[in-house]
Amino acid sequence: MTDVLVEPEVASDPLAPVLKIECLNVDFHTIDGWVRVVDDVSLVVPAGTTVGLVGESGSGKTVTSLAAIGLLPPDTTRVTGSIRLAGEELVGASSARLSRRRGRDVAMVFQEPRRSLDPVFTVGYQIAEVLRRHEGLDRRAARSRAVEMLDRVGIADAERRFGAYPHEFSGGMCQRVMLAIALACRPRRLIADEATTALDVTVQKEMLALMNDLQDELGVAILFITHDLSVVAETCDWVNVMYAGQVVESTAVDRLFHEPRHPYTEGLLAAIPDPQRRRLQAIPGVVPAPTSWPTGCRFSPRCDYAREGVCTSGAIPLEPAGGAQLTRCARHAEIELKGVLA
Amino acid sequence: MSPLLVANGLHKSYPQGRSLWGRARPAQSVVRDVSFHVDRGETLGIVGETGAGKSTVGRMVLRLVEADSGHVSFDGTDLSTLSPASLRRMRQRMTMIFQDPFNSLDPRMTLRAAVREPLTLHTSLGGAEKEARVRELLERVGMRQDHLDRYPREFSGGQLQRIAIARALAADPDFIVCDEPVAALDLSIQAQVLNLLLDLQQERGLSYLFISHDLSLVRFLAHRVAVMSQGVIVEQGTPEEVFTDPKHPYTRALVSAIPTPRPTRVSRWPAGFPAPGPSRPATERRSR
Repeated sequence: MTDVLVEPEVASDPLAPVLKIECLNVDFHTIDGWVRVVDDVSLVVPAGTTVGLVGESGSGKTVTSLAAIGLLPPDTTRVTGSIRLAGEELVGASSARLSRRRGRDVAMVFQEPRRSLDPVFTVGYQIAEVLRRHEGLDRRAARSRAVEMLDRVGIADAERRFGAYPHEFSGGMCQRVMLAIALACRPRRLIADEATTALDVTVQKEMLALMNDLQDELGVAILFITHDLSVVAETCDWVNVMYAGQVVESTAVDRLFHEPRHPYTEGLLAAIPDPQRRRLQAIPGVVPAPTSWPTGCRFSPRCDYAREGVCTSGAIPLEPAGGAQLTRCARHAEIELKGVLA
Repeated sequence: MSPLLVANGLHKSYPQGRSLWGRARPAQSVVRDVSFHVDRGETLGIVGETGAGKSTVGRMVLRLVEADSGHVSFDGTDLSTLSPASLRRMRQRMTMIFQDPFNSLDPRMTLRAAVREPLTLHTSLGGAEKEARVRELLERVGMRQDHLDRYPREFSGGQLQRIAIARALAADPDFIVCDEPVAALDLSIQAQVLNLLLDLQQERGLSYLFISHDLSLVRFLAHRVAVMSQGVIVEQGTPEEVFTDPKHPYTRALVSAIPTPRPTRVSRWPAGFPAPGPSRPATERRSR
C-alpha cells in the first residue's frame, strides 16, 4: 500500500478546491468555422465532495468534463479559460504532462463500460497496467494491487477473476472494473460521465453506494455528470445545471430541488414523472444547437416567464440569488418558482 | 366486456448452438409461462431489468417473434391460428413504437411517405384522402405542414418519436406496443411524448402495452403493472400495490433501488467554502 499523495496546496488549506474551472470556453472547428459549445463555465469541486453537472444532450456537460481531463483533440478544439488541478494549470499544458496527470491525479469513468475496456486484454491486466505506468510497480506488485482493487469494487473471487476478459463480465461488473482502473492509483479526483446511466436500477444503486464508500475512504472529489435528477438528489452535494453551453444555476443540492431559481431547473423538476400528477409539464420546443443559440437568455424561447427586452437582449450574467445560490436569469428577483415537495 | 388482448402461457427459448464436440447445448429459455391481459383503453406496464424478456414478450404479442408455445388472442381471435394474410389485416389494429426513433424510420423516406405507407398497406383510401389523413396525423403529433417533405435526419429524437407515433396511428389501431418509447429522449422532450401518448389514449380509447426499465415512468402512466425477472412475471397489480406494497422479493429490491428526486444525502459541502462566484465582476454586470 502506498500512501495517498498529499498535495501541498490541499494539505495547507482544507477548503482549497482540488478541481477548479474558471471561465472555461470551448470551441469546435466545424465546416462553418469555429463554433462555441461551452461558454463561460466556472465550477469548483472541494475535496471529498460530489459536484453534479446536470443537463440534457447538447448542453455541453460532457465537453466540459473532457476539457477538464484534457481529452479534447487539440487540432479541432480550442480551449480557453483556466482548469486547475490543485493549483496546476491544465489549459495549455503539454500532452505529455496531461497524460502523466490522467490516471494518477484525475481519473474518469465513462458511460459505456464495455466500450471503454479493451476486449483483448484481461480485466486484471488493464488495472495492473495503470499501476505499472503511473506508480512504476513491477508485475507482481501491480498484480496484487489489481486483485485488491477488484476485491474493493465488490467483484467476488477477485484472484480468479483477474484473468477474465471483459466479454465474460456483465455491464455492471465492467463498470466496477472501470472504477477499479480509475481508482487504482488513488487519484484525488474522479470524473464520472453518466457512469451509471446504462446500468439497471439495482446495479446502479450498488454502484452509487460503492462510489460513496470509496469517497469516504479515499476522500475523492467527484465531478458527477448526469442527466438524471433523481441520481443527482442521491449523490451530489452541489449542483451545476447546464443549458446550451452555459451554467444556468449553481447551488447546494437541497436548494436546487426545493428552491430552484432558474425557470429551466423548475421545468426539469416538473418533467419528472410523478404518480401524484396525471400530466407532466413538458418544456416546449427543443434544446437549440450551438450554431443557433438565441441572443440574450438562451432558454428564453422555451421559457414561460420570458419578457421581450429584459430576457432577449444582451448576455445574461450568472448572479447571486440568495446565499451561495447562483442563477443566470434576468428576472430571478421578480418570479416565484416551484421546486419538488419535501 | 372481455379484455382486448389476452396472452396465455407464452414461452420462448433460443437454441445455443452446438458445443465443440457437436453436442447440442440446452436451449436458453428467455420467456417462461407469461400470461396477462390488457383491457380496452388500458395501459399495462411491463417493467424489468436488462434481459428480463420484456421486449421479447412485446414482440410475441404482435407475432413479430413466434412463441414456442402459448396463445395470444386479440379481440377474441387467436392470433397463432391466423394465416399470414389475415394476420396482416389484424396488424392494422395492433402496432408498435420502438425505442430508437433514429433507426425505426427509413432515412430515405420523407415524413409524408413514412406516414402514408401504413395507409397504403392497410386502407383503401384514395390519394387525396390519404394526403388529408397524413396532414391531420402529423398536425396531431405537433409537426408542421412544411415538415412534410423533409427527411428523418433533419429532426431531433423527440420529433422523430412523434413522427413514429403518427405512423403508428395511421391505420387507426386499437392497441400499441410501446417498447421503451422515451428511453432515448431527454427529460424535457420525454414529457412531451408521454403527454401525447396519454392524450391519444383519452381521445381514441387506445390500449397500450408499455415496456420500460424505468419504474417511475411505469408507475406514472400504467393502470396495471407486471414486473418481469429472468423471463417470468413475478408480480402483477395496480401501480399502487406494486410500488407501495411489493410482495415479491425481487420487486421489493427493484422498488427500493429507484432513485427519488428528493435529496437524501447529508451534505459534505465544507462549511464556509467560498461559493463558485458570479461569472463576471460586479461592476461589469448589467444594471436593471
